[in-house]
Amino acid sequence: MMTTVERAANWARTRSMFPATFGLACCAIEMMATGAAHYDLARFGMEVFRASPRQADLMIVAGRVSQKMAPVLRQVYDQMPDPKWVISMGACASTGGMFNNYALVQGVDQVVPVDIYVPGCPPGPQSLMHGILTLHDKIMAGEIVR
Amino acid sequence: MDDEQTVKTEGGRPPANPETETLDIWVAATEEPEFHPTDEGTQELGPDESDDRLDDQFGRVVADDYLFDDEVAEEERTVLNMGPQHPSTHGVLRLHLELEGETIRRTKPIIGYLHTGMEKTAEQLTFSQGPTNVTRMDYLAPLHGELGYSLAVERLLDVEVPPRAAAIRILMTELNRIASHLVALATNGMDIGALSMMIYGFRERESILAFFEKTTGLRMNHNYIRPGGVAADLAPGWKDDVAAILDDLPKRLRQYDDLLEKNPIWLARTRGVGVISPEEAIAYSITGPILRATGVDWDLRKAFPYSGIDQYEFEVPVGENGDVYDRYRVRVEEITESLKIVEQVMDTMPKGDYRIGDRKITPPPRARIDESMEALIHHFKLFTEGFKVPEGETYVAVESPRGELGCYVVSDGQARPYRMHTRAPSFYNLQGLPIAMADSLVADTIATIASMDPVMGDVDR
Amino acid sequence: MSPILAQLAERFESVTWEESHGQDVARVPGENWEAFARAAKESGFEVCADVTAVDRMRSRPERYEVVASLLSMSHRVRLRMITAVGRENPSVASLTPLWPGAGYAEREVYDMFGIGFEGHPDLTRILMPDDWEGYPLRKDFAVGSVPVQFKMSHQVN
Repeated sequence: MMTTVERAANWARTRSMFPATFGLACCAIEMMATGAAHYDLARFGMEVFRASPRQADLMIVAGRVSQKMAPVLRQVYDQMPDPKWVISMGACASTGGMFNNYALVQGVDQVVPVDIYVPGCPPGPQSLMHGILTLHDKIMAGEIVR
Repeated sequence: MDDEQTVKTEGGRPPANPETETLDIWVAATEEPEFHPTDEGTQELGPDESDDRLDDQFGRVVADDYLFDDEVAEEERTVLNMGPQHPSTHGVLRLHLELEGETIRRTKPIIGYLHTGMEKTAEQLTFSQGPTNVTRMDYLAPLHGELGYSLAVERLLDVEVPPRAAAIRILMTELNRIASHLVALATNGMDIGALSMMIYGFRERESILAFFEKTTGLRMNHNYIRPGGVAADLAPGWKDDVAAILDDLPKRLRQYDDLLEKNPIWLARTRGVGVISPEEAIAYSITGPILRATGVDWDLRKAFPYSGIDQYEFEVPVGENGDVYDRYRVRVEEITESLKIVEQVMDTMPKGDYRIGDRKITPPPRARIDESMEALIHHFKLFTEGFKVPEGETYVAVESPRGELGCYVVSDGQARPYRMHTRAPSFYNLQGLPIAMADSLVADTIATIASMDPVMGDVDR
Repeated sequence: MSPILAQLAERFESVTWEESHGQDVARVPGENWEAFARAAKESGFEVCADVTAVDRMRSRPERYEVVASLLSMSHRVRLRMITAVGRENPSVASLTPLWPGAGYAEREVYDMFGIGFEGHPDLTRILMPDDWEGYPLRKDFAVGSVPVQFKMSHQVN
């Protein structure tokens, strides 16, 4: 049951979500391609990838998270102000992908809470956009309450 | 609120008029209706002579000599940590910079934030699954990684792929070189400030990626070049797609030249910045465009040709000064040379098999599996156990967009490699980063890192 | 065999030469590692392309092999030098004083195999976190794979 104010707030939050640059590996290249001209993220108000986590509300973990990187990931997540969302992009971020070994964190949800998992290796720009739009729908519908 | 005593504010300003001083929001019909603001008591403010610092603050005096203060003491070095999460470090590279003022005295790159244990994983995968692993190391030049690995395995097997397979491999790897250099130019430009380069570079790359998707099934990380040949033949109509790319790219390259070549900001930020001398480059095992930009004419495609690339005519662009500008220029010209190779491959593509006929190595065509028991058994053995490679070890290197990409494979007669090691070009090129950044300014760091074009997947594996 | 390699072969008698699929391989005893490398550099091998290692476990008398790939640009020749390193406190001379480019590669071999390099200016872990225990690429270090199961479902034995 959402009031008009909550609905308006959700509308505002989805219409200009700033992603934080957390591109790690191959998925980062597809994330950049999603932001580029062919598949344009600017039409959703999201082309501004903020370098500073303090100015971002969405963290797209794009790529494989190694053991050395996991504390850094957590620190960046903690620095983001509320409300914040996390998209785990790609197979390596969601479950460790094809690298089921000592070096990778098997799934980034062991470190940060994840809202949307986008499968693919790497997920094409269309898949990533579908993930982002699903996140928008979920926020608009009030399923994710922050 | 003292309105009886004169309020002596700092700087000798005249006493405040309490009526105008309050600055409250006056809401109509709520305060005294007789409140009429006047300019009684206001005075023109004369120049303020009281405080020295106000001159700086008001901009009457500009002190700009603090940037070049030579009196910074030797012990006053600041350690600045850049990364691992930073927009300009091309992935997760962490740099420890020791600064004296704005000048960098020492740099230490700290890597390992993307270590994926790929060499350990390679020992768990069969030889035909190997390309899926190697392709994700240098993810901007995945076909080169697959090519190096496949050539090494084929050398251990002592087999030669058919000419069509070799030609397809060259076509795909040269297109991959173009795509990788486009990303390098895009990120180079964006880091230095030419934000449109990002859009231009990725726009051109889309047409090449569309061709890759048509041929290999994936935009990136293709697993297309496998030991024994390639995974599938070129799609029908591939000549039209390649011809469209060949038509389009030279015009776009001229667009980049218009944006960057005579741009004084670009030239000022790239000329003379991040210089590496040829002796330093050779001593630090730096290869690829960075080495060629210093003036050393060394390209593995000419020195140790692979996969029939010596049948095609092309030149190797070589720079002079070894600075960021020369590296950018070498990459742009390499795109043009690769376009020449692609055109020649397109015109002379031989007919034939796209993979080796030996059924012990390559799987049979799908249709045959329904007809022949032997084909079914071969298919089964290949995809469950994999083909066995005789004992031995070998090292094969190809020229990737970043330099010498070598693959050292050791086999002990089983279906999985005993040891697979990739000589990653970016790993060695990164050793040149402290050299290039010595005694330069912090702002040049970004330009230098961008021009070294490190791919952290390659560095950390 | 190319002439510069023939010259090297003459100078070092303890080195055995092989041909592995068209490439020249020199098996160098551990104590001559640095001298041979220095001689190779003087004969024209300006670039040390790669330094890596292989863990042979029990199949050879010495457990590890350290493999260095050298490249001569002026003569267009490649040479691979391999030395065997023992099990207890494995260590070999460092090639970094000769070719600074081997610096990172030797750190990686140390990190992944635990082989020491004498004379290396900064032998610390490079890829794994600094407090990591164990040497991942050794054959007795498990892959570390996680059994693949759906995380939320009940445990299936």
